[in-house]
Amino acid sequence: MTVFAFYLFAVLMLGSAVLVITARNPVHSVLWLILAFFNAAGLMVLVGAEFLAMLLVVVYVGAVAVLFLFVVMMLNIDFAEMRAGFMKNAPLGVAIAIILLAELVLGIGAYKAGNLSLGTADGNAAPLVGESNIESIGELLYSDYLFLFETAGIILLVALIGAIVLTHREQRAPRGHQDISKQVSRRPQDATELKQPGIGQGVEL
Amino acid sequence: MIGIEHYVVVSSILFVLGVLGIFLNRKNVIVILMAIELILLSVNINLVAFSAELNDLTGQVFAMFVLTVAAAEAAIGLAILVTYFRTRGSIAVDDVNRMKG
Repeated sequence: MTVFAFYLFAVLMLGSAVLVITARNPVHSVLWLILAFFNAAGLMVLVGAEFLAMLLVVVYVGAVAVLFLFVVMMLNIDFAEMRAGFMKNAPLGVAIAIILLAELVLGIGAYKAGNLSLGTADGNAAPLVGESNIESIGELLYSDYLFLFETAGIILLVALIGAIVLTHREQRAPRGHQDISKQVSRRPQDATELKQPGIGQGVEL
Repeated sequence: MIGIEHYVVVSSILFVLGVLGIFLNRKNVIVILMAIELILLSVNINLVAFSAELNDLTGQVFAMFVLTVAAAEAAIGLAILVTYFRTRGSIAVDDVNRMKG
């Protein structure tokens, strides 16, 4: 059953990853990306990393993918023109991809042949017995990795402020606009002046 | 139980697909960002698989940090994209080198 689930998730994830990079419409790309993330979360559940799987669904599907979808739909882009260089770049890209894949598979082959050892963990960060995945991660995160955790928070804060600074446009007041508070606060004694000119004399303005 | 090699192979293929995506969609910066997300996802799968294999949670903690950086990167990248589109009216990355001062 686990084997079946693994192959199901893996095949679906890789298939949707292929569709992400080849889909004609970027909106479809985003939707395939969401499917890829769901299947990756499934793969993570299979090895017992439930917390990270849920985090993947919440952060990627819930936030990042929606952000992508939002930007793709907000920008009015001619996508047909975007695809112009698709076939031109394909041979080089596929060649590089095959070379890269061969190198990675060579590494796995070396491991299978016994030339690489994974080493053993020192046990400091082993999952706590009798506690769930999220509790064990929490124990680790709030003790050994506290500073890294806070740094992650600062990174997110910087990204938040950076995104606002980048996209915020200064609202310049249009010419001839109406300032209602100025109108309301206008008093008669400031605006008008009463004169009582004597007979035969002019008025000095 | 699935061995570690299967996970490494799957994440390798995903990584290569991400790199291929960057090459194929050289003009469309949105798909390039999505390809980068795929690459980071493959790294995450690798980290989680080795974490489970070695019975050490450090990998999962680091996968969380990768997730954080990926989210920040997507937010900043899309913000730059929106600003760029606003000034240039297109997102063709061919003439992005105009951005240098």
